[in-house]
Amino acid sequence: MKLEGRAVVIARDNVDTDVLYPGPYLNVTDVETMKRYLFEGLDPSLRDQLGGDTALVVGENFGPGSSREHVPQAMKAWGIQFLVGRSFARIFSRNCLNLGLPIVTCPEAVDAATPGSIIRFDLVEGRLEVDETVFEVPAFPPFMRELIAAGGLVESLRRRLDATTPVV
Amino acid sequence: MPHTLAEKILLSHCDADDVAPGDLVMVRCDVVLTNDISGPMAFRAMKKMGVEKVFDPAKVVVVPDHFIPAKDARSAELQKLLAEWAAAQGVAYYGQGRGGIEHTVLVEEGWVVPGSVIAGGDSHTCTYGALGAFGTGLGSTDIAACLATGEFWQAVPGTIQVDFSGEKRPFVTGKDLSLGVIAEIGVGGGTNMVLEFVGPGAEALTIDERLAVANMAVEAGSETGLFPADERVSEYLDGRTDRPWQAERSDPDAELAQRVSIDLDTLPPLVALPHSPGNIVPLDEARGLAIDQVYVGNCSNGTITDLRQTAEILRGRSVHPRCRMIVVPASQRVYRQALTEGLLDVFIEAGAMVSTPTCGACVGGGNGILAGGERAIATTNRNFRGRMGSPESEVCLANAWVAAAAAVAGEIVDPAELLEGVPA
Repeated sequence: MKLEGRAVVIARDNVDTDVLYPGPYLNVTDVETMKRYLFEGLDPSLRDQLGGDTALVVGENFGPGSSREHVPQAMKAWGIQFLVGRSFARIFSRNCLNLGLPIVTCPEAVDAATPGSIIRFDLVEGRLEVDETVFEVPAFPPFMRELIAAGGLVESLRRRLDATTPVV
Repeated sequence: MPHTLAEKILLSHCDADDVAPGDLVMVRCDVVLTNDISGPMAFRAMKKMGVEKVFDPAKVVVVPDHFIPAKDARSAELQKLLAEWAAAQGVAYYGQGRGGIEHTVLVEEGWVVPGSVIAGGDSHTCTYGALGAFGTGLGSTDIAACLATGEFWQAVPGTIQVDFSGEKRPFVTGKDLSLGVIAEIGVGGGTNMVLEFVGPGAEALTIDERLAVANMAVEAGSETGLFPADERVSEYLDGRTDRPWQAERSDPDAELAQRVSIDLDTLPPLVALPHSPGNIVPLDEARGLAIDQVYVGNCSNGTITDLRQTAEILRGRSVHPRCRMIVVPASQRVYRQALTEGLLDVFIEAGAMVSTPTCGACVGGGNGILAGGERAIATTNRNFRGRMGSPESEVCLANAWVAAAAAVAGEIVDPAELLEGVPA
């Protein structure tokens, strides 16, 4: 699976879930409405940089705090293709993968990226390209590959359950 | 092969013959928890998975707590949806006036036993580590999978063992121990790890104190924070649950990712300054900071222990005129206990406001939101920018003694000096 995106950079560490999507809007369940509050506590103008071809480049321990899935839901809805970071917080990582939104840890690639950089990510080969520079990263294990290929856990589980349901 | 406590719990909840850190396994849940934030999205996802009924209604608990009582019509709709869904599925439901903050409720009501696995749609599900359970926070899609199949995917975590030696000093509580751990390993230091709390200082902690310590494991990035079950847990569970359990601990020769030692003989009360639970200083260095609002409550430190400490400070004293105070018992049970002990009267007499149990202002959901330029001290677990209101407000985290003393002084002070200086 080959992905490509244009870099939007959040050059800070420990960017928490609450600034990414503040608490008062957690009662929103509609994804289109969620989009309006992404980055609201961090820098709302970041939303203007997002498009259907965004690779989000982030710092260390991105997304610590709450289990709120609103963050990656809104990111996906804005058209973010994948995230490249120095490191990611655990629940945030799970939420991204479960929604079929790939994340990749590669501090060297983060160093190399500037706003607007073209980033290519091949998660099967374990290959990341920032403009013309190539970085090797661990390939996604089969379970994660399937999760991403299915577009997330909902679809991957639906397929699995369909396959195991006896036909009457 | 020797195993850590976390590995033993996961091994008994998956199909693998053996487990080691990094292995990807499907973990079976003993309890699946959701609330008014994670629930509605999880229910929708479960439906999209093509699943109508939960895997086992006896293992599912629903607790609306974040925007309880409903702060607006949208929140009310979510709570209505939650109640209807729980009734249709035939699962346990602790509605408004019947429960309180989810993690306090599940522990009080006997859902949590040592060695069990609890998947919760809330990051502070790690609180259950206090009783030796692998409680872990998950997002809505994960919870949907748990509701549908009873399982979640998990990379087996490594273990950071935290050894608490010595004896706690006066006015030091579970809150300070948890902040002490975060100061040591950092807010990302526990990623892909569980914390395991051992040593005489850990064994001496009451259940309420252990809840406070385990609760903030996620603030170090950890999956959960385990206290090996002991006699104290056994006493606590006696008459509270009929779920079978047995006490387990890490093998002495189990491989650890890291060892951390914290000497309680020298650990002072700590304060996390804005805007990170990792921005920690000794109480002495925070003294003199003016405080506009004091908040005692939440899933880490809204226990009867915290309320008793708060009352001890406030008895015969008043909240400072330039300061306001909100006390939020974590559950209906804690609320009633505080009433029975006369604590609520102490709070009201002192000029504090007593609220119904709720996540409330801790998550910025209402019930004590801060204006720009205001500073709060709270016994809660997160002080991210804007967490309790305006992005221009500030939150300091501290234990209940320190929070209550700040309410009296209108600034951060040492509770020891307050109790010496002004006779009650």
